Amino acid sequence: MVLDKIEKLLEKYENGETTLQEEQQLKNYFSQEVVAPHLEVYKPMFVYFLQTQKEQFTKTIPLQPKKTYTLYKWISVAAIAVLMFAVYIQFGDQAKSMDDLSQDELLAYNQTVEAFNLLASMFNKGTESMDALTLMTTSLEKGTENVALLGAFSNTQNKIFKNQ
Amino acid sequence: MTQAEFLDIVMPFKDKVFRLAKRLLVSQEEAEDATQEILIKLWNNKQKIQEYNNVEAFSMTMTKNFCLDRLKSKHAQNLKIVHSNYQDKNVSLQKQVELNDSVDWVSKIMEELPEQQKIILQLRDIEQYEFSEISKMLDINETAIRVSLSRARKTLREKLTKTHSYGVR
Repeated sequence: MVLDKIEKLLEKYENGETTLQEEQQLKNYFSQEVVAPHLEVYKPMFVYFLQTQKEQFTKTIPLQPKKTYTLYKWISVAAIAVLMFAVYIQFGDQAKSMDDLSQDELLAYNQTVEAFNLLASMFNKGTESMDALTLMTTSLEKGTENVALLGAFSNTQNKIFKNQ
Repeated sequence: MTQAEFLDIVMPFKDKVFRLAKRLLVSQEEAEDATQEILIKLWNNKQKIQEYNNVEAFSMTMTKNFCLDRLKSKHAQNLKIVHSNYQDKNVSLQKQVELNDSVDWVSKIMEELPEQQKIILQLRDIEQYEFSEISKMLDINETAIRVSLSRARKTLREKLTKTHSYGVR
């Protein structure tokens, strides 16, 4: 390549006016083994540009974690939904009304109610017997009062004996 | 969108994202982390990907913003990003400037450029984007880009001339 042309290109290059093609020409020229001595200074520049261009990003791109994370999130959501459904199945249908009961169940229910009523009436009888007990307690109290009167009588008697 | 489709879209420019991140953050590890994070962001927004008319340009803008944010927060914490990607070349430079050393110098000199010029030089001279594309990515008009680029290239050449003629900066 003509040296004259390279010099002109270099001037344009330094003014930022070269096109990409022209810059490529310069790079090609300076990647030769031997260049004109007064242009030697430019050589490391262009060689460096060409070298750096080849540098690569070698690390792997970790895209997987993000993906599994969202998957886990949805699995947990599904698990909770299943759990809630199971709980509902297990305990959810206890609140039945009387109309839902079958014949047998109704019978059992009535018998239970009857038994409870019987129990309640027995309790009432028991309470009546307790009334008799109260009556006895009041009589006992009266007796105690009489004993107290007796005490008062004996006190008076003692006084009379002392005076004699 | 499946993972394979996403990778088909992303694969062609993932290296460019990485290189821009490395240009700004300098450290290899930082740049790798940044690239991963940007790709994951894209993946998480994959539903919207069809709406972007240019995914690549969008990603480059994202990279630029992400890295500048990183740098700002590092700066606020008063932490310097640790980078151990290159050895100190001073000793060998004192002897004789070899080509490989000078090539490494280019990277050092580029580090000293202002962020804006760094990004533009990276996008143009290394990734070979058209001015119109860079203008869209950075939201700056083309004239301003040319001016920045010209300044960056001149600074690069001047500093290289210095190292070249004295051996030591």
